[in-house]
Amino acid sequence: MNRGHRHGAGSGCLGTMEVKSKDGTEFRRFSLERSKPGKFEEFYGLLQHVHKIPNVDVLVGYADIHGDLLPINNDDNYHKAVSTANPLLRIFIQKKEEADYSAFGTDTLIKKKNVLTNVLRPDNHRKKPHIVISLPQDFRPVSSIIDVDILPETHRRVRLYKYGTEKPLGFYIRDGASVRVTPHGLEKVPGIFISRLVPGGLAQSTGLLAVNDEVLEVNGIEVSGKSLDQVTDMMIANSRNLIITVRPANQRNNVVRNSRTSGSSGQSTDNSLPSCAPPPEPSLEPGEEDSDDDDIVIEDSGEPRQIPRAAPSAESLESLTQVELSFESGQNGFIPANEVSLPPVASGARTEFETSAPDQKLLEEDGTVITL
Amino acid sequence: MMKFRFRRQGADPQREKLKQELFAFHKTVEHGFPNQPSALAFDPELRIMAIGTRSGAVKIYGAPGVEFTGLHRDAATVTQMHFLPGQGRVLTLLDDDSLHLWEIVHHDGCAHLEEALRFQAPSRPGFDGASGLPSLAHITVVLLVAAGDMAALGTEGGSIFFLDVPTLTLLEGQTLGPDEVLRSVPDDYRCGKALGPVESLQGHLRDPTKILIGYSRGLLVIWNQAARCAERIFLGNQQLESVCWERSGHTVVSSHSDGSYAIWAADTSDSPTAQPTVATTPYGPFPCKAINKVLWRTCASGEHFVIFSGGMPRASYGDRHCVSVLQAETLVTLDFTSRVIDFFTVHSTRPEDEFDEPQALAVLLEEELVVLDLQTPGWPAVPAPYLAPLHSSAITCSAHVANVPAKLWARIMSAGEQQNPQPASGASSWPITGGRNLAQEPSQRGLLLTGHEDGTVRFWDASGVALRPLYKLSTAGLFQTDCEHADSLAQAAEDDWPPFRKVGCFDPYSDDPRLGVQKVALCKYTAQMVVAGTAGQVLVLELSDAPAEQAVGVASLDLLQDREGFTWKGHERLSPRLGPLPWPAGFQPRALIQCLPPAAVTAVTLHAEWGLVAFGTSHGFGLFDYLRRSPVLARCTLHPSDSLAMEGPLSRVKSLKKSLRQSFRRIRKSRASGKKRMVAGSKLQEANAQLAEQAGPQDVEVTPVQRRIEPRSADDSLSGVVRCLYFADTFLRDAAHHGPTMWAGTNSGSVFAYALEVPAAAVGSEKRPERAVEAVLGKEVQLMHRAPVVAIAVLDGRGRPLPEPYEASRDLAQAPDMQGGHAVLIASEEQFKVFTLPKVSAKTKFKLTAHEGCRVRKVALATFASVACEDYAETCLACLTNLGDVHVFSVPGLRPQVHYACIRKEDISGIASCVFTRHGQGFYLISPSEFERFSLSARNITEPLCCLDVHWPRDATRVSHRSRESPKLNQANGTPGIILAPQSCDGSPDPICKGADTPEPAEAMLSPMSIDSATSADTTLDTTGDMTVEDVKDFLGSSEESEKNLRNLSEEEARACAILIK
Repeated sequence: MNRGHRHGAGSGCLGTMEVKSKDGTEFRRFSLERSKPGKFEEFYGLLQHVHKIPNVDVLVGYADIHGDLLPINNDDNYHKAVSTANPLLRIFIQKKEEADYSAFGTDTLIKKKNVLTNVLRPDNHRKKPHIVISLPQDFRPVSSIIDVDILPETHRRVRLYKYGTEKPLGFYIRDGASVRVTPHGLEKVPGIFISRLVPGGLAQSTGLLAVNDEVLEVNGIEVSGKSLDQVTDMMIANSRNLIITVRPANQRNNVVRNSRTSGSSGQSTDNSLPSCAPPPEPSLEPGEEDSDDDDIVIEDSGEPRQIPRAAPSAESLESLTQVELSFESGQNGFIPANEVSLPPVASGARTEFETSAPDQKLLEEDGTVITL
Repeated sequence: MMKFRFRRQGADPQREKLKQELFAFHKTVEHGFPNQPSALAFDPELRIMAIGTRSGAVKIYGAPGVEFTGLHRDAATVTQMHFLPGQGRVLTLLDDDSLHLWEIVHHDGCAHLEEALRFQAPSRPGFDGASGLPSLAHITVVLLVAAGDMAALGTEGGSIFFLDVPTLTLLEGQTLGPDEVLRSVPDDYRCGKALGPVESLQGHLRDPTKILIGYSRGLLVIWNQAARCAERIFLGNQQLESVCWERSGHTVVSSHSDGSYAIWAADTSDSPTAQPTVATTPYGPFPCKAINKVLWRTCASGEHFVIFSGGMPRASYGDRHCVSVLQAETLVTLDFTSRVIDFFTVHSTRPEDEFDEPQALAVLLEEELVVLDLQTPGWPAVPAPYLAPLHSSAITCSAHVANVPAKLWARIMSAGEQQNPQPASGASSWPITGGRNLAQEPSQRGLLLTGHEDGTVRFWDASGVALRPLYKLSTAGLFQTDCEHADSLAQAAEDDWPPFRKVGCFDPYSDDPRLGVQKVALCKYTAQMVVAGTAGQVLVLELSDAPAEQAVGVASLDLLQDREGFTWKGHERLSPRLGPLPWPAGFQPRALIQCLPPAAVTAVTLHAEWGLVAFGTSHGFGLFDYLRRSPVLARCTLHPSDSLAMEGPLSRVKSLKKSLRQSFRRIRKSRASGKKRMVAGSKLQEANAQLAEQAGPQDVEVTPVQRRIEPRSADDSLSGVVRCLYFADTFLRDAAHHGPTMWAGTNSGSVFAYALEVPAAAVGSEKRPERAVEAVLGKEVQLMHRAPVVAIAVLDGRGRPLPEPYEASRDLAQAPDMQGGHAVLIASEEQFKVFTLPKVSAKTKFKLTAHEGCRVRKVALATFASVACEDYAETCLACLTNLGDVHVFSVPGLRPQVHYACIRKEDISGIASCVFTRHGQGFYLISPSEFERFSLSARNITEPLCCLDVHWPRDATRVSHRSRESPKLNQANGTPGIILAPQSCDGSPDPICKGADTPEPAEAMLSPMSIDSATSADTTLDTTGDMTVEDVKDFLGSSEESEKNLRNLSEEEARACAILIK
């Protein structure tokens, strides 16, 4: 059934697009206005109508150009599905109660296409590991790079999410000294550094922190002038939502901003992904939400039972994407290896909170930091 | 980013001004006995005494309340002190050979002890003895001559130098070298041997030109400095320790290293004298230790006193610390428990008097000061009104009770007097009476309770500058310990020669560590108290004015609540003595509760109105109705995986491992810091160092000091330790009915709240009917950050802490507002949070650790009165952190107000010992024997305010200095008094400086507000603590249900019907 790569009659017509919707063994065909696909809600209603399954919760999926079964559950991915359908939009409907989430994902349809092969060689099928990927809403963020737009490029603000998981945060800090170039020449100042990552720990698995990264801030509080024990206590006290600003020892993997007016989330330098959602408003950033939590500003009647904040689900996919993106940019190596120009730490984040983004160029140039 | 908002908020100028009127940080006075004293001096004219310490502190004491403190810039040992008689000036010699002249001076309206001049002996290395120039190195003795205008300095080289005291300059050309003296000595005595160091210099009372010089070799010379000739020479051959010149000048007494002393007649004509008239070894004939100092005092009766230290038989009593007092045939060997530093007699120094007529003997020991009355037969000890050795047994806990009612105060005083019957002469016999205490009689009485290792609780009058012992309560008599036999044996052995007499109260040896007092709570209205100890004993006592013989009811409470799989490896519980026991007047035990397992009690609280006592250990907590003598509740707080708690305190392997680890860390740290110091060189060096580090980064720090970053897990060791307990009459079940509640907080951030059913007292009677008290778990809060809960307090509708039991019902405090919603303040080691009641929801919070990186060690709610406005006061939360800083937060807003550096962060025992008072003061131990008193309040300051009439011969006028030793500039122990958040003093005049000369403002300052102070509950909340998100388990859903629960449900059932609100 799904083998039929039909080049429908109407496919050539401007404006309309053929849709083949399959629910179990039944399928329906209808056409849509390609230029005005409408909202997902309308489309969902339409599907229920044409399949005569009103009031039945269903999961909607479509086959993209690579043959992957991808979900349609909001306007964005609906529009994406419509815009990429060529020539036919193939829709798959599953009842929610009997949904097979594992169906979604890469190669899922190709696999299905090879049903025959699998039937013929069942051993082969069994050996293949069955990868279970849950729905996006089931994801929770593990770590993220935040505030990219307001930090100097040589700094990285990393957020580690520690839930009730068994995985330890898994890092150690130590005293050390960092040398800065100031107007008075070289100056050696005491600093706090990451000294060790526990294999398999959260810190290591995110790949965002590394040994010898200098810790500059913990949840927005500068660590300069604080003792190792103080910084330890601050980190432990914030351990459920730890945001540490570091100057990575390896400055080659920095996130490079190509637009200074972008949102506070790290934006990808890889613009080849057209589907990348627009960055959320800075105020929606989870880190922000938590700064409020740290603040002593009195919030009235915050119910303690509400306090265990659920992971902001809207952000989860976003955050995950960011992590991946930062890796990519790192591999691409946007900053020359010997780049050492940095603002002095003292002028770090706080000053920049108040300065607008275009001023940052200036700030970055008024000092240099050599990271050992 | 939003975090920085609160820093900008501080800009409100009105609030800033108010803060200046409310808060100010001063370290005001040091109570107790100076740590490691090293020198003693007495000014017979002003009757003041000075004590110098090994850390370079100088303390001057007069009448009670008259105190001056100074600190040498270099922390060198003060080896000698000499008063310039009548001048209020003292010359000190340090072990670095520097001389310092201290004056009690007056400037800027404040007077204090100040260093006026210093003199550093010029050292001439290499010239010693070789050239004719004698070296001034190693000053051994100092003598003030000519009414303090000149000082003679004896040196190790045997020379004597003369110094002009008013300028502290060396008088050239007057130096007396040993050669000059040797010229007058017969040849056969000289025989090529040096005279040795100058051991003693004595002046003559009537003839200032004469000096008695004693050399180490034994030679005594009476030198006439005016004529520059030796008037008399005594050819002693025994190594000299000290010399005393009898006041008439006719007799010289010398003491020697072999334990003998010799009396030389100075009025015979033959010179040199070869033999003393008498030479005795008082504790002979067997070899004796040296007599370090000897005094000879004459009496009109002709029976002179010989007082000397040391000289004990080396083999049998060589380890004793003794001073012997001999008058005619009477010899008493005063046997002290610590080393004798120095001693002096208080006697007549007027030249016209013919006899010394000593009144008193004061002996400075390493750990205490003992004064004996020499005019009363039997030479009884005079109780000291201050300088009490706080540490006569190590202090294990302390508590402060403010606003003690006069009635209770009088009862405690009388109990104390019965304990220590005063000699007939009474307090008048205290001989050190110089100066006048100008401080007003304190309007409120403060009681400091210290619990000690030996099971005693001492009551101190902490109302004023002089910390006076009032009463001592011993709990040891209730228990069977094996120390009693040892005591009787020791006594039996002491009937022999020498005639030992035990003097002093310093006794560092604890009979049984289990007796140690861990927690104390006192109800000042009912005179009932709880004393809880190391072996899980909780003792309820009541003050009784008459002795009684009675048996004490003993109950034991199993806090494990049949948890399986735990074995207690610690100490046994104490076995109480059964049957009627005699109790002297004072606090007499009413009930004894023994926790099982017998772990140390970690929290205790008493509610005398309800007749309840709550106590907690590392395993759980219990509630006991001491009126009916029946347990009400026992709850185990152990985490199932917490096995360490069961091991008890004797896990040696663990502690050894830990201490090893710590010492390694220290070594590493010191290495690392050494490196840092090196860096502070030139830029070239820095660059080089940097290059070197870049070259070999591998060997820079092989294993650096590192800290693991991991959130606290639920199964941390000792998570079950109960950290605080609290009683409150508040709304736990519903907003309509309030009632008795009990709150408990644990080390792992759990808070348990129980609703109590206490039978109400009948009208007109304070005794509640004899019905059972019931307790039902009402709420359970789990702080998500799991930090130890340090304190819990309930705030009334106006945000004020609830008053203490009886305060409201006896109209002693404003009744709490029961209309508005109550709130509970929970302070953990990391955060403060205020939750609404009865529905627990977070209202305000402050995350201290997340912001500052410091952890809460002690917190207390205190009332701060304004200096500007008589009746304005605020209740604030005072908090001491592990870094030794004191922070003050508003309540219930929890906004940071001020913070000050108070204790060095390395001073762990100081931080652990800190106790806050209700009115914004505090105490902490700066040494085992001294409490530093500090004040956070701008109004309530307790500090020395005294005057001393001194006269300086130069300006010949008597100047009366109203000396005020306020905001102490230096602290004896070298704790820097840095103010971290100083309020800029613009516009608000410092009341202290202003008030120094006019008595009225001082009066206002010194009278701590007794009216508004009563509004705050004495919530000197407890110790050590941490906090995040909360699970609140509401065990009582609706009110009807709760009624039912109260009656029928056992705790387990209640748990089953719990609704978990998340």
